[in-house]
Amino acid sequence: MTLRFTMFLAALAVTALGAGAMAQDADTEKGLEKYRAMMREDPWSNPGFLDVDRGEALWTTARGPKNVTLQQCDLGKGPGKVEGAFAELPRYFEDAGRVMDAETRILWCMEKLQGFVAADLVKKPHPGGGQPVKELGAIATYVASKSSGEKFAAKFAHPKEQEAAALGETLFYRRSGPFDFACATCHSQSGLRIRLQGLPFLAEKKEAQKVVGEWPAYRVSSTHVMTMQHRMYDCYWQMRMPEVELGSEASVALISFLTRQAEGGEIAVPGLKR
Amino acid sequence: MRLTLAIILAFTATPALAQQKIDPARADAVIKSAFPTAPADWAARLTGDETMQQCSAARNSPAKDIAEVISKREQASVVYPPDNNFIGDWKKGEALAQSGYGLRFTDYPARQANGGNCYACHQITKKEVSYGTLGPSLSEYGKLREFKPEAVKAAYEKIYNSHVALPCSTMPRFGANKILTMEQIKDAVALLMSPESPVNTGQ
Repeated sequence: MTLRFTMFLAALAVTALGAGAMAQDADTEKGLEKYRAMMREDPWSNPGFLDVDRGEALWTTARGPKNVTLQQCDLGKGPGKVEGAFAELPRYFEDAGRVMDAETRILWCMEKLQGFVAADLVKKPHPGGGQPVKELGAIATYVASKSSGEKFAAKFAHPKEQEAAALGETLFYRRSGPFDFACATCHSQSGLRIRLQGLPFLAEKKEAQKVVGEWPAYRVSSTHVMTMQHRMYDCYWQMRMPEVELGSEASVALISFLTRQAEGGEIAVPGLKR
Repeated sequence: MRLTLAIILAFTATPALAQQKIDPARADAVIKSAFPTAPADWAARLTGDETMQQCSAARNSPAKDIAEVISKREQASVVYPPDNNFIGDWKKGEALAQSGYGLRFTDYPARQANGGNCYACHQITKKEVSYGTLGPSLSEYGKLREFKPEAVKAAYEKIYNSHVALPCSTMPRFGANKILTMEQIKDAVALLMSPESPVNTGQ
């Protein structure tokens, strides 16, 4: 795994010396595709699997002030049922009275079952560059990986689920901050890029289906797993907005919109990103 | 034929019909509660001004009458150099075109001048191959406009406030939102419009 990964990084470095930007971009993409192909041969070579294992251990270990495991946590398919649960999230939870994505639901379980203080968990919920994903993120990576190979099938039947996706769509186009950015500024056309980084057209279902199911993903540039909530946080950072709270209605709404866009797309967690 | 058209319309119209209307006040409240650590003086960042609200509602394709209102309103924000000299130092312009620094929550207290991050979205000089494509190529910008004085002024206005020429443009309002100073905008204009700039010499 280490050797292959080093080879991949070397390939990236070599392509960075390429001549034209387009060729360089295509080479980088080719290098990444080659690495993905190697991973298909040996799917366990993605470093993100270390956090899948870590997340599974955290799920089954008695923790928190109440010293219990998360094995009674209901992700929507009944207490303790992890298999396939992520594919049907976000969803409305009667006990919480709100729509939740995977991370928000795990946060809720950590609070209600294990007795953790939610306010503490959302204070610094995401890792800095080079730091491993936090415990909540590792658990989310484990939970999502248990739907790998399945297709997104969140129902959006409950009025609150429909409202969450509609709210997310509104926020996707909502411009704010001193740079006047919205998600749509960068993600509402096909084939465009920032510097050399390609941008998915997320208002288009076909492109959303290709990329949304890759999160949580191992990010080569920051050498850690990044979750979907972290991805939203990072976009808002770039938009010159303040820190969006993990589990906030806004972040859940955006994830609901993206998941609805990706309906029918395959889940392949952990993904691998530049 | 007419029936086919009706069927096509019926299908293409479905997502729009299914689209639930969200009250702007509801979206405002949701955004306000999503950023609990926002400093008090960042309140304006959350709401956006009237122009942004109109552009969000129109998903950046405003009707003609609204576009005119936006253009007129934004024109009023443009402050011109008192000596009518729009051209600064292209080398400084190149440096700020490369820099994406500024106004992120990790950029405080400020450690350097804000950048314009122009290369994030535009091709500019030939030498820089790592450029984005969200905006049009600015290669040979001045040369293609024959370095005309009115083109120099128009470039200044576009950087200062792009919504005057193109309402609901996706480009930040670098002058109106005080991202760049007037001197920095003149440097960016020089990068585009000065005959010595690599943008125009092709070096």
